[in-house]
Amino acid sequence: MQTSSSNVLRSDQRGSLYWLPQPPPDFIQRCRSVLNSSEGIGDRINAIASYDLNENHLNRIANVLAKTREAKYALEPLIPFRLAILSNSTTDFIAPALIASAARHGIALECVRSGYGQVVQEALSPTSAIYSQQPDAVLIALDYRGYPLATSVGDVDAAKATVTAALDHLQIIREGIRTHGKAICIVQNLCSPVEQLVGNLDRITPGTFRSLVDEINQGIARSIAGTHDLLFDVTALSENVGLAEWHSPAQWNMAKLPFSSTYLPLYAEHVARLIATLRGKSRRCLILDLDNTVWGGVIGDDGLEGIQLAQGDAIGEAFLSVQRYALELRKRGILLAVSSKNYDEVARAPFRKHPEMLLREEHITVFQANWNDKAANIKAISEELSLGLDAMVLLDDNPIERDMVRQLLPQVAVPELPADPAYYVQTLSAGGYFEAVTFSDEDARRPALYQDNARRVTLQKQAGNVDSYLASLRMVITFQPFDAAGRARITQLINKSNQFNLTTRRYTEADVAALERDPNSFTLQVRLADTLGDNGMISVVICRLAGEDVWEIDTWLMSCRVLGRHVESAVLQELLNHAKQHSIRKFAGRYIPTQRNRLVEAHYEKLGFVPAGREFDGTAFWELDVALAQVIAPPMEVRRQGFEEATPIISH
Amino acid sequence: MESVEIYSKLNNVFHDVFDDDEIVVHPNLTADDVDGWDSLRHVRLLLTVEQTFGVKFSASEAIKLNNVGDLANLVQSKIKS
Repeated sequence: MQTSSSNVLRSDQRGSLYWLPQPPPDFIQRCRSVLNSSEGIGDRINAIASYDLNENHLNRIANVLAKTREAKYALEPLIPFRLAILSNSTTDFIAPALIASAARHGIALECVRSGYGQVVQEALSPTSAIYSQQPDAVLIALDYRGYPLATSVGDVDAAKATVTAALDHLQIIREGIRTHGKAICIVQNLCSPVEQLVGNLDRITPGTFRSLVDEINQGIARSIAGTHDLLFDVTALSENVGLAEWHSPAQWNMAKLPFSSTYLPLYAEHVARLIATLRGKSRRCLILDLDNTVWGGVIGDDGLEGIQLAQGDAIGEAFLSVQRYALELRKRGILLAVSSKNYDEVARAPFRKHPEMLLREEHITVFQANWNDKAANIKAISEELSLGLDAMVLLDDNPIERDMVRQLLPQVAVPELPADPAYYVQTLSAGGYFEAVTFSDEDARRPALYQDNARRVTLQKQAGNVDSYLASLRMVITFQPFDAAGRARITQLINKSNQFNLTTRRYTEADVAALERDPNSFTLQVRLADTLGDNGMISVVICRLAGEDVWEIDTWLMSCRVLGRHVESAVLQELLNHAKQHSIRKFAGRYIPTQRNRLVEAHYEKLGFVPAGREFDGTAFWELDVALAQVIAPPMEVRRQGFEEATPIISH
Repeated sequence: MESVEIYSKLNNVFHDVFDDDEIVVHPNLTADDVDGWDSLRHVRLLLTVEQTFGVKFSASEAIKLNNVGDLANLVQSKIKS
């Protein structure tokens, strides 16, 4: 059942920025090497800040930034911003976390802090530090302990007076700031303390903490709407976390920390988003992968009837909720685009014909389904929409695609996704990519202004150096003959692969077992691992001896997840190696066309086979002379297990 | 958890908190021996130790700590119980 893994996922998320990738093992070295050259410091700091960092990581980055400033190095393209913090609690820890988190959002932040417990004095005195530094904004980070908050259970008048006094307190501070400078205010609302006085009745009894905090928060929201000041909705943040988790009485007592330090990275990330949005950084377009992102399964393999998208089916529901959320985002003005490795008509079929699909072609502004790399497609989408790459978000279940886009197009936001699609929406939302400081009717109408819906654009060029990216993956390919341990997975691949499958021949587990001992057959099971993890078994080949010195390739299939990584040519090199060992002179391959395998129509041609005839049903025959075949070195390390013959090891 | 393992983890915590990989923790190490070990850094240190070992310290436990040896012993007693 899914239940236990979901629970694990949730506790893992505690306080973490789980939509960001984990920091690399050489994080500390990368922090140190930021200052190695005075060029490109801003970009390097932005890159190391863009991970799921804890407080100590953030402090390191803040230290690097401080050193950069001491050395007077330029921080472009980071945009300078000066923030004053007024708080009734300890801000010593908040400032470095804010500085590092702002770098993640392209902001070079400087913080000016008020003295502890001197909020009103600082706000009202024109000579205070927060004004002499001319901040761009002032964060009013008062929690419930920073307001005159006296409970008066059941006393309506006293409760009203308390609420008015609290709102007046805030108003005095904001007016002071408005009088003495040009800074806008970022006003934090309140998180109720956890303690209850009457219990369930607290919420409706005047003068309890819950009731007072509710009223004050409504007053704060009303006082901000329509002004230039911004609301920082810490209430929502603490609700998402859970109030009992958010508050730490021990840490308040020990060091006057306003909330549990576990959540400092999260708090800082949310402030940084607001600041970045103030400086015009916001994302406008959500690019959706299709297979296993918008529906369950692979449309090219599973077909219209096979994809999981049904109401009442837990997996189908998860994908429907992704579609529903995408549509909600579109309603508030976010453009939707598609980038999928598929044939165009295959990818569009569910949008046109599947009864459960909520997303339709009319909702998609640009629809890119082809076999080119995603970075190139995302670039084409961005150019077509005249939106910068920094306005794009890619939702994709495939970790390799995510990593590749992050490497080649670092401006594009690519959330990490958990294994369970039920959490895709939560993760996308937690990433906060579409933060806005204002919202107008015009924003909501924007998607409709784009004509020619679901149009396809032609790719001009590759988006970056894909080969050097592949080299950085340190792929390790492992070849083995069929064996008992691999039998179940081999059988599964043989019976479910449709797209990258030259002959689409299906075999039972007993057939596969027989092949393990068949002296007239040569078999390969292929695994691929890389720096991002183990992809498991991804390819299967069966050769049968035909005549004295010919191997007929009965089956050659591959998982589409590893397309574009030169696995096919590595497999051919391995086949050639073994052919030479077995004194095989020639390979005979055939392509049997089906409705789903057009992807591999030119497979043998690409690998250097020559045509050897064609049948009326479209079956094409190909041959390769072993002696004439080109020997190449695919960009991966080759390992072998379980072969009886002494294969010469060619390492690359 | 073995005492060696606790000290090895504490070593990493100190490197992280003080941003100084030269520090070698030992039982007699005190705030006087480490640059920048002020009251704020002390709080940061205790919070990081709590997170690293999955334990919580009460205020009365925290104020009794005189050196790293006390801290390691406190961690060990928490992990056992």
